[in-house]
Order: sequence, then C-alpha cells, then structure tokens
Amino acid sequence: MTTNSLNSVPVPVIELTEVTRNFQIGTHVVKALDGISLTIEQGEMVAIIGPSGSGKSTLMNTLGCLDQPSSGRFVLNGQDVSGLSDNQLAETRSHQLGFVFQSYNLLPRETALSNVELPLKYSGGYSGKSRRAAARTALDRVGLSERYDHRPMQMSGGEQQRVGIARALVKNPDLILADEPTGNLDTKSSGEVIEMLRSLNEVDGKTIVVVTHDPEVAEAMKRVIAFRDGRIVEDRIVTDRATPITDYNVDSEASE
Amino acid sequence: MNLTLLLSTALSSIGTNKLRAGLTLLGIVIGVSSVIAMMAVGRGAQVSVTARISDLGTELITVRPGAQALRFAFFGGGGNSDVLSLADALALQDDVFAPDVRLVAPENSFSGAAVFGAENTFVNGVGITAEYLEARNLSIASGRNISNTDVQNISNVVVLGFEISETLFAQRNPVGATLKISGREFTVVGVMESQEGTIFNPDNSALIPITTAHYRMNNGKGLVDSISVSSINILATSEDTVDHARTDVSTVLRLRHELGADEDDDFLITTQQDTIETLEGTQGTFVILLGSIAGISLLVGGIGVMNIMLVSVTERTREIGIRRAVGAKRRDILFQFVAEAVLMTFGGGILGVLVGWTIAYFGDGASVDGDIIETVIETHIAFIALAVSVAVGLFFGIYPAVRAASLNPIEALRHE
Ligand SMILES: Nc1ncnc2c1ncn2[C@@H]1O[C@H](COP(=O)(O)OP(=O)(O)OP(=O)(O)O)[C@@H](O)[C@H]1O
Ligand SMILES: [Mg+2]
Repeated sequence: MTTNSLNSVPVPVIELTEVTRNFQIGTHVVKALDGISLTIEQGEMVAIIGPSGSGKSTLMNTLGCLDQPSSGRFVLNGQDVSGLSDNQLAETRSHQLGFVFQSYNLLPRETALSNVELPLKYSGGYSGKSRRAAARTALDRVGLSERYDHRPMQMSGGEQQRVGIARALVKNPDLILADEPTGNLDTKSSGEVIEMLRSLNEVDGKTIVVVTHDPEVAEAMKRVIAFRDGRIVEDRIVTDRATPITDYNVDSEASE
Repeated sequence: MNLTLLLSTALSSIGTNKLRAGLTLLGIVIGVSSVIAMMAVGRGAQVSVTARISDLGTELITVRPGAQALRFAFFGGGGNSDVLSLADALALQDDVFAPDVRLVAPENSFSGAAVFGAENTFVNGVGITAEYLEARNLSIASGRNISNTDVQNISNVVVLGFEISETLFAQRNPVGATLKISGREFTVVGVMESQEGTIFNPDNSALIPITTAHYRMNNGKGLVDSISVSSINILATSEDTVDHARTDVSTVLRLRHELGADEDDDFLITTQQDTIETLEGTQGTFVILLGSIAGISLLVGGIGVMNIMLVSVTERTREIGIRRAVGAKRRDILFQFVAEAVLMTFGGGILGVLVGWTIAYFGDGASVDGDIIETVIETHIAFIALAVSVAVGLFFGIYPAVRAASLNPIEALRHE
C-alpha cells in the first residue's frame, strides 16, 4: 500500500460528515442520502452494497463531484467540496478522480484511443502527441494494446469497460469510482474487470470505491459498506478474501 | 479546450452526420448565394441606368411648368400650368442674362396616329425647333433636321423616329414621302437613328415644327411668342457651368414671370445630375429590397441551423453528460455547440458566395423577356454576406448551445 506522502500524516481521500441528499418530487421528499458519515483512507478498496434505491448511486455521484450534498460536509483529498462552483466541480472531476460507469458511457463514434484521450482534452497542458501517448499508456495498462483504433461497437462489453477504466486512469488520479462496473457483464468479463480494479489498488496503490450487487465482487474488496434507505447499515473489513489476487498486467493479457 | 481542439471536435461532430449537415448548409448556401446574386443584379441595373442617363449629356437642364402652379390652382387662386412660353425660351438665349446657357430647345407635344397607305401607327408627337436634336443628343440617319425656316413658315414637315419609319415604310426610304398625322398631310424630311435602349427612346417620336404643333395639331391661337411649351431643354456651356446655368435660368424666368421675393418658382428645373441622383435613390431602394428578400432566405436558413442544433443537443444529451463527467466545463460544451453552428453557417457562407458569384458571372448579359440583365460583382458584399452568415450561426446557435451547456451531467448521463 502506498500513500501520497511518506513524511506527513496522510489525509483521508474521502471524508463525509452527516451528508444528506434530498430529492423533491412534488410535495414528496426522497431522502436518498440520510446522514452519511464515512471516511475512506488512501489505498483502500471499498465495496458499496445495498438494495436498489438505497442511495448507492447518489453517494457515488456525490463522491464523483457530479452532484452536491443537500447538507453536510464532503472533504475530498483535504479540500471541502461542498459549495464549490460548477466550474470548480468540473476541475475537481478532471484532476482528482476517475469515474467508471455501468454502461461504459463511451462516445460511440470515437475510437478507444480518442475516448481515452477525452479527459485530457478538457484539461490544459497536453499537446495532441502527449495526449495520445498518455491514452496509449492507459490502454496498455488495461491490456488493450491491440484495440487502440477500435470503436465501442467493435469491442466486447468487457473490453468496452476496460476502455472506460483506461479513461478513468488516463490522468492518473488517486481515486477511482465505479458504479456497478460489472452490472452489464458476464461472469468472465466481470472477473477481468474486478481483477483489473484490484490490480490498480494492489499494484498502483489507487483508492477504489465500487458499487456492486454481486456478493462475490464485494467479497473481493477489502472493505464492504452496506446501504439501506440512504443510511449505512454495515461497515466491515473483509478478513477472508476468497478470490486470489492475480497481478493483472499487459503481458498476461497479450499472451491470451 | 483550446481553439484548434474546439474546432476539430466541432468538425468531427458535424462530420458524423454528413447528410444532415449538408442539408443544413444548403439552407445557408441558398440564402447567401441569393443575396450575392440579387445584389449583383440590383447593382448592375443601377449602374446601367446611370450610364444611360449620362449618355444624354450631363450638361442637359430641363425646365417644366412647376408643381407650384398646381397648388395655386388647387386653392382657386390665379395661375395655370401653362406658364412656360416660347418667349421664355427665347429669353433664355440672352447672352447677358444667361451667359452660361449655350443652347435652348423648347418643345411641346401632341399625339395622334400616322397613316401611310394601308399602314398606320400611333406616334409620340413632339413640336420642336432646330436645336432639339442637339439638346437631346439625337442624330439624323437620312434626310435633314427640322429647320428654323420650317418653324417660321409653320410647315407641315416631319422627322420620323426609326420605329415609325419601319412600321410605315418597311425597308423603303421615307424621305420625300407624304403621310397623314391626325388627318393632316406631312412631308417626311428626315429619319432619326435608332436609340434603342436609352431612357428617352425617340424611336416612336414624330418631330414637327413647334409652331405647326401649336397652331395645326393642338388648334392653338395667339402670337408666336405666346405659344406654350411643355418643357425647355437647355444645354449649359459645359458640364462645370451646369449650376450657373441653372441659376441663370431661374433668374430670367422669375423676372419674366414677375415673381416676388416671397413667391415660389412656378417652374421646375431639373439637371441630369438630379435625375441620376433620384434614379439612383430609387434603384438603391430597389437593391435593398432585393437584398432583404434574399436576406429572408438567409434567415430561414438560420432557423434551419437552429432547428438542427436543437435536435442535435437532444440526440447528444448522453455525449454531453459524458463530456461533463470527464471534466468538461459548461463553457466547453457551450463553445462546442456554438462552434458547430458557426462552422456550418460559415462553410455555407463561403459556398454561397462562390455559388452567388457564379450565378452573377454567368447571368451577366443574359436576356430575360428581351431585357439584358447586367450584373456587378462587388467584393465587399461577399464579406458582408460572410460576416452575416457567421452572425446567423452565432445568433441561432447560441440558444441550443446554452441548452446543451445547462444540462445537468447526471441527468444527461441517464438519458437514453
Ligand atoms: N434525480 C432524482 N430525482 C428524484 N429522485 C431521485 C433522483 N435520483 C435518485 N433519486 C431517488 O433516490 C433514491 C436513491 O437512488 P439511487 O439511484 O442512489 O439508488 P441506488 O442505490 O443506486 O439503486 P440501484 O441499485 O437501483 O442503482 C431512489 O429512491 C431514487 O428514486
Ligand atoms: Mg445505482
């Protein structure tokens, strides 16, 4: 496990204090997050589980700076995110984290390479050349060296999701958020994606938060947080991790 | 996002639906090319009208009985519209009072049918003196001009316009022949050269002595001096003295008509310059009218752009969500959609200018219903049209772009 800095006391990556998120539908108020307090340290690998509608995605959107809490405090890498402007949130999304979606959310007409380049286009300081180089590195990291010029339609679900992971990785953020990344995948592809995420945690020291419905996926993580009705009902460390950790790398993928 | 990246992103988005982009572009192309072509035709008409008037000679001054006379008549006061007489014309030849006047050619008019054998035609009758042809820049093709002896003798002689001669005499030379105009016999002494295409086309005119026109054709009475004239054509000594000559004419006529200092002129002086200015003014309005009609099609093209951009925003909601999720700011999205709209209208504008120029180029000299169309291509119109099409893109692209930029990223991502 690696940390940001060896000398100073590491700040938690995520620190939520009494965070709520309410949705008003007519006169009815849905409490999607109902007072969440949660700390996730650098290098953790966390599964969020819970029944449908329990607020998992709402939490991820908040952590991903796509949404803001109705009340409470959210401190990301030591910076209070609640109350940031729309532009500042975009900056935070761009620099501090990578987001992996259930439905991949790739641009359908763009190649894998240019999909992975996308986040770099919205942050200054990259030439076309350095953008492509970074995108290639990220695609290599997820074992897609052979797929640079493929469009999403020409790839399997597992490959598309790995492009999604490469896009989340391309700016080398410390935090990767994944909302049901295996939700649309078969068992084999799911396994690959989960191994990929584990490798990012084990090898690259990235902090990983994964929402999942799959108990096996949850048990492969180091910590499991269970949600119900917008509240945390369980938060435990996984002591007995069933799935063996394979160091997922380019060579093993390329030789397949 | 920097500008090159923005433009390349916008271009590749446009490129993903080429047919749609092409059709949208077409609206702008039609709008811009019709503006360019219409303006070229309008300018062409303006220039050729000016050229034709200038053909008449820029020293020409025309005096007519004034509109003021009508006003007096309207209020039941004295005065009538026959305020110009042959004596007025003679007075204008005075070297002392009107030194800048070189030539004076009074005229009056009559109308009637000319008959020769079995042929007959309606003529535009003009009573003239010998100076008329020079004043009007006309010339004799065969035979001779009306002489001042003819005027003194009240002779029944006529100079025919080219078309009348053609109609009545076909290929034969009419000089020396006798024909009847309104039942009176006239001897043809000359035929004028055709002046087809000029503003005051004399081809249908029959010129006779001004005295004959007054006493015989219009059944006028009185002394020669009192013969009323419908207008007096005057040539100034040179182009530069037109304004002086105008003042001379005004002074002489005011004296002769015994007008007090507080009385308005009872005659109207028009120089060729006035006529050119008036006509250019009307033509200018015409050009603007043509331009605006064409401008409307550009507007319609712009609405087409807006329509497509709105559809595009809806269709690409998810794309917008993805871009926002990976770090795009609102203004990145805004600029991208505006850039797409402006690129389309700018591209359409360039094509439109080329098409418009091609139309104007090949349309020059084309004949429609016997009228020759002239076109004048002006580069500054092209730049204006391009600027306007960019403005159209901005104007009609902003609203869809604002809609795109204001989408909530989460909702946009959820959009199917
Ligand atoms: N934009 C919204 N407007 C109104 N209500 C919302 C909105 N987003 C979420 N909700 C409500 O908030 C609650 C939590 O939704 P959320 O999407 O976080 O659930 P989830 O745990 O991710 O469920 P699932 O497992 O089905 O994805 C639900 O009751 C949902 O209806
Ligand atoms: Mg969810």
